[in-house]
Amino acid sequence: MRVLEFWRGHANEFLTLLGQHLLLVCASTFVAIALGVPIGILAARRPRIGAPVVWFANVVQTIPSLAMFGFLLPLPLVGGLGARVAIFVLILYALLPIVRTTTAGLRSIDRVLIEAGTAMGMKPGQLMRQVELPLALPSIVAGIRVAAVIGVGTATIAAAVGAGGLGEYIFRGLSMVDSTVILAGAIPSALLALTIDGALTLVERGLRDFSGARVRGLRVAAALMIVIALATAAALAISARTSTDVIRVGSKNFTEQIILGEIVAQTIETRTVRRVERRLNLGGTFICDRAIRSGDIDVYVEYTGTAQTAIFHQPADTDSRRVFDAVKARYAAGGLTLLDSLGFENTFAMLIRGEDARRLGLRTLSQAAAMAPSWLAGFGYEFLQRSDGYPGLTRTYGFHFARPPKAMDLSLIYRALAERQVDLIAGDATSGLIDVYGLTMLEDDRHYFPPYDAAVVARSSVLIAHPEVKDALASLSGRITVADMRRMNRAVDAEHRDAADVAREFVVGRNSQPRASSQ
Amino acid sequence: MKYSRAVNDSSRASAIAFRDVHFSRGAQPVLRGFSLEIAAGDTLALVGRSGAGKSTILKLINRLLVPDSGEVIVESRPTQAWDPFELRRRAGYVMQEVGLFPHLTVEQNIATVPRLLGWESARVERRVTELLELVGLDAKDHANRRPDQLSGGQRQRVGVARALAADPPILLMDEPFGALDPVTRAEMHREFRRIQDRVRKTVVLVTHDMAEAFALATHVGVLSDGVLAVVGEPATVARSTDSRVRPLLDPLIEATAVLGTQR
Repeated sequence: MRVLEFWRGHANEFLTLLGQHLLLVCASTFVAIALGVPIGILAARRPRIGAPVVWFANVVQTIPSLAMFGFLLPLPLVGGLGARVAIFVLILYALLPIVRTTTAGLRSIDRVLIEAGTAMGMKPGQLMRQVELPLALPSIVAGIRVAAVIGVGTATIAAAVGAGGLGEYIFRGLSMVDSTVILAGAIPSALLALTIDGALTLVERGLRDFSGARVRGLRVAAALMIVIALATAAALAISARTSTDVIRVGSKNFTEQIILGEIVAQTIETRTVRRVERRLNLGGTFICDRAIRSGDIDVYVEYTGTAQTAIFHQPADTDSRRVFDAVKARYAAGGLTLLDSLGFENTFAMLIRGEDARRLGLRTLSQAAAMAPSWLAGFGYEFLQRSDGYPGLTRTYGFHFARPPKAMDLSLIYRALAERQVDLIAGDATSGLIDVYGLTMLEDDRHYFPPYDAAVVARSSVLIAHPEVKDALASLSGRITVADMRRMNRAVDAEHRDAADVAREFVVGRNSQPRASSQ
Repeated sequence: MKYSRAVNDSSRASAIAFRDVHFSRGAQPVLRGFSLEIAAGDTLALVGRSGAGKSTILKLINRLLVPDSGEVIVESRPTQAWDPFELRRRAGYVMQEVGLFPHLTVEQNIATVPRLLGWESARVERRVTELLELVGLDAKDHANRRPDQLSGGQRQRVGVARALAADPPILLMDEPFGALDPVTRAEMHREFRRIQDRVRKTVVLVTHDMAEAFALATHVGVLSDGVLAVVGEPATVARSTDSRVRPLLDPLIEATAVLGTQR
């Protein structure tokens, strides 16, 4: 099976990701237990305080996890990229089931037993430890089981904020449209969920038979839990201390960005002595921008038009030079440096199937607008929202679709078009899949889309502290053509090659060429 | 109201006394000027219909409740002056539902109050064995069982053992044998008399069953409308002509009459 081969080829990486995944789930579940059980006790004892807490936990549970990561990224202490914010989010999700079942477990205890304990002269604390908690324990464990299983699932999303875990493979596979890679992450996380569920079910059943619920055992478990929670907190505090001599390279979560991230990373590695930490595959423009501003990453590749509209919220402009200068100035004000363009532009590409283009004789967006009422469009989430995306497109060309456009993940969109699930998509002009699926890019004849020149953004402080890094990054300016980019995208997306390998060939090949233009 | 012997026999201190106690549950008065003295070592059975306030009286003694007015005096101190936890550990409590802790063994259940009092484990162990023997259960066989592995009668015996564990001077019993079948109940009555002969506690027992009261108690009180209608030795109460007492006695007399005609 291809998945097995994949694991064999990536054994070290796989074990690391599995370990990260387990750490995320265990750490968050333990902290959630340490917080959730006392909150549950409070909610059972004092419903007036408890009800709002449970209400809050309920609301948290309804927030989609990706949105939650977005909310929390800019916050101090919990925010930032990596395991910290992921664990925080996972804790929030794990709280509700634990609080609920603790409260329910305590409330379901026979009143007679409480009365018996009280009449024997137990103080409230003694009653809680000796009678109420042991009796509620099976119910609490059931809540922990639910929380852990939810945690295994939600932790896959954590890859979007650079926390690692098995979600890395899922996101990577989605952006490469490679089901083998998706399965390489999805299968073990499903097995992990089943294993944890099974193990805790056994514990729960054992407790319901009262085989092990000795008071002393409970105390040991509580002590152990506190130790683990503290250890986790300490580990997080240590990991939060950012080391300064490492250059952190980020990228968004699609193939081209990962290749570019690798090219940037490998260029720094080959031309300087700095160590590079890769934080590739981050969940989109907003997350990358927040990450570079908070210092969680030092450098990534952005597109000028995207920066203009999506980051700085300026009206779209069609002049490439003007946009570049405006964006560079705005970045500079925020302590960031925009280097000269890499040499290619990745504009939004409005794509239709090649056969449709030939059959209907469509070449431009103006011509296509007439066909829109009979089409179903598929757009990425970002394109639907951005002012330089769908809303402006409708205004400029007068697209009126019969049904609202389908919101789809970028990684699925080309295949959806080829398989006739949708008839028009917004893709990337440099996508390797355009050639693979024989798609036709409609010409932006009214020059609606702003220029999207790819250029490196870096933290100015890093460039000043490490001039050799600045030189290495500057050496990339003007060196990547649209053809280069499409070829590399195709190598990864269609030929299923490793993004790092494809980037290496480019970096090595370029270094062996005479560098006439830059000297 | 005081019963005759306690009044006349001044050499015996009263262990528990109610002085003009009023108690309401919300707007509903339960006790209205209830007075009673119980001598140390006596077994007083309080009889009354359901909802007459029998359980309330027990809960006033161990301060699960406090009176709205009047005083409940235990060992010559009002209950409000007691540390409630100390008071409760000096008053064993047995109830109809028994209330054994299902997650603990028989041994651990019985050891509850001694452990709260901080007894060392060897002493606790000796005491558990002694008590299981006292209530007629083989220690080796039963000490490590869980409550759900016991019959109803065995559970109630463990309940009594648990209430007696720290040798409290007072024993409060709330319909203790009400849930048992008649044969087991009769057996438990015999056991109770045997145990009480040995331990001589001050026992306050509430029941709706006059036959049970006569079978177990040295003194019987009848509770009606929040006051004590009559109190005295069983023979005295049996002769009562009080209209509040007769309805409780008549079923007994009828049962005896039926038996008599069949013979």
